[in-house]
Amino acid sequence: MEVFWLLLSLSLLELSAALPGSHSTRRPTDPAPLQSQTQTMATGDLVPTHFPARRAAQVALHHLNTHHGSPFRVFGLQQVHTATAEDQVVGTAGRKYSLDFSVTDYGSSVCFRSMTNEGSVLRCSAEVLFPRTETHTHTPPEVHLRCEDLTHISSSPEELAFYQKHTAPHSAISAHDLPDSQGNISQDMQPFWHLARVAASFIMLRESSENTEYNMAQVANLTQQETSEKQLMLKYHVLLHDIVSQEIIHWKLLCSWSPEGGVSVLETEWLPKCPHDTGPPTAN
Amino acid sequence: MQSSIMSVWVVLALVAQDRLAGGREHKSYDYTKYHTMDEISAWMNQIERDNPDVVSSMMYGQTYEKRNITLLKIGFNSTTPKKAVWMDCGIHAREWIAPAFCQHFVKEILGSYKSDSKVNTLFKNLDFYITPVLNMDGYIYSWIDNTTRLWRKSRSPGAENCTCFGTDLNRNFYANWGMVGISRDCCSEIYNGPTALSEPEAKAVTEFLGANQNQMLCYLTIHSYGQLILVPYGHPNISAPNYDELMEVGLAAAKVIKAVHGKSYKVGSSPDVLYPNSGSSRDFARLIGIPYSFTFELRDEGQTGFILPEDQIQPTCQEAYQGAMSIINYVHDKNFKSAAITVTATLWTTLIALWISSTSVL
Repeated sequence: MEVFWLLLSLSLLELSAALPGSHSTRRPTDPAPLQSQTQTMATGDLVPTHFPARRAAQVALHHLNTHHGSPFRVFGLQQVHTATAEDQVVGTAGRKYSLDFSVTDYGSSVCFRSMTNEGSVLRCSAEVLFPRTETHTHTPPEVHLRCEDLTHISSSPEELAFYQKHTAPHSAISAHDLPDSQGNISQDMQPFWHLARVAASFIMLRESSENTEYNMAQVANLTQQETSEKQLMLKYHVLLHDIVSQEIIHWKLLCSWSPEGGVSVLETEWLPKCPHDTGPPTAN
Repeated sequence: MQSSIMSVWVVLALVAQDRLAGGREHKSYDYTKYHTMDEISAWMNQIERDNPDVVSSMMYGQTYEKRNITLLKIGFNSTTPKKAVWMDCGIHAREWIAPAFCQHFVKEILGSYKSDSKVNTLFKNLDFYITPVLNMDGYIYSWIDNTTRLWRKSRSPGAENCTCFGTDLNRNFYANWGMVGISRDCCSEIYNGPTALSEPEAKAVTEFLGANQNQMLCYLTIHSYGQLILVPYGHPNISAPNYDELMEVGLAAAKVIKAVHGKSYKVGSSPDVLYPNSGSSRDFARLIGIPYSFTFELRDEGQTGFILPEDQIQPTCQEAYQGAMSIINYVHDKNFKSAAITVTATLWTTLIALWISSTSVL
């Protein structure tokens, strides 16, 4: 009889283990967000994987790229670790984000094709302020940024060789559709694609708000410009993508680069999509 | 003797003709390249021809430009209605990695159902309804040249006073239509259409899901880019009754995705992780009662965006396959008794029978 009860309890245990849904309840590692959230943006601690923290981090990244980007160095967001947001009323009024995040340099991959072989990871912290203006004109965000090891960044031999080659007399590079429709970019053209991304960062930084999230979708074309200075000067037509509006925005820009001077953007021109467009989709 | 030689020749000639008629040798179909709509349609026909006992195709609607929207129904035949899993790719034309994933998914399940007992069980208990390219008009348009590559919407003409084409199919469904995350400007990429379900593509999916809603267990819609798994709903003030469970299932999928090639996929509702939106197919599926409804946003996170390099097709599809299967297996196991339960039930019955007989003896 005792054997019977033993078998009974054993089979009960087995049965409960086999039933789906009776596993010990695991709490999602992502804390449940505020479902009662209305149009107002979150304040205080932000969930790092949610869009407010990510958009602010992307703005900090655009800033980082304008200062430290090159044909062989483009930073992308790896992960946001922590983020907070608060209303700033003293000084410039607006919303201030404080971020702790990691970035990775994907411009340094010798082989563009293996995107899984990402470059070095840097830890950064930043404050990003999205100003609130009385009028409805857009004011660019303000960024204060600190990254470890940035001072150790210097021009690589690749960079110097590329610079020498294309600032030589009679260098007249031009190209279109980087990448092509299938996503391919030849090895020779990768540094020009990186440079476009860095130059586009100036525009993306300037145009960003809490309601935009910009990436560069494609380089439509590029043409090297003659210059008396020892600079690589290029005219670009780039296509930016804003995730929030899903729009593709065309910009023409003139940029120059040298290893010592970094990237500068000298002119930008927005190209309208539809005849009735009045301006780029900035803060709505 | 002569007649048998003749019949051998006839057979050989027929085989050769069949091979030629089938076009490119299907075994060389390159799943690591992007394919035109014609190539995908030919591939669908070939898949059906090669797997007649488990694959059938169904036309369930037409695009604006009158193309037949077709899905592949995959699973073992059954006389009784079976539960089902839906997958659609290519609602947005420029997201080429999505149709590539649908093709990869079909290839994988057809290549493993005979040898993999888990997939075999899925084929037994479920039917897969897979639409490799939903927005065919848009997809074909995006292949025309470099200026059309980034097209997103359908190709229906705008209403009067509008010079622009297209409606965002993923804002056109009858699911909180027009409430948030849309534009009433017909030139906008998120124009939700003159009315809900104005687009025949959205209508086709709506009608099919509606007709099969009692069978449909899981709705997966594949997009790019962003590396996200999105749960309903797109409206910030509305949450699905099984939100917690959907999050758990989504996070589990993200975990298996990461194990493949190290890529992080973020999981959450669209208003949390991406942006608020309305009229999405995912929301519609959940609203009519399909319990497990997810949007996948595949690689990458913005470096190349929509124009994902071809050499990333395979790794992206591999990781997304594991993620999708994680969800599908969960859904299956929740709805179908496992073998362990059957064994335990048998043991129970035996024990009770023994006890009854032993007490009656006593």
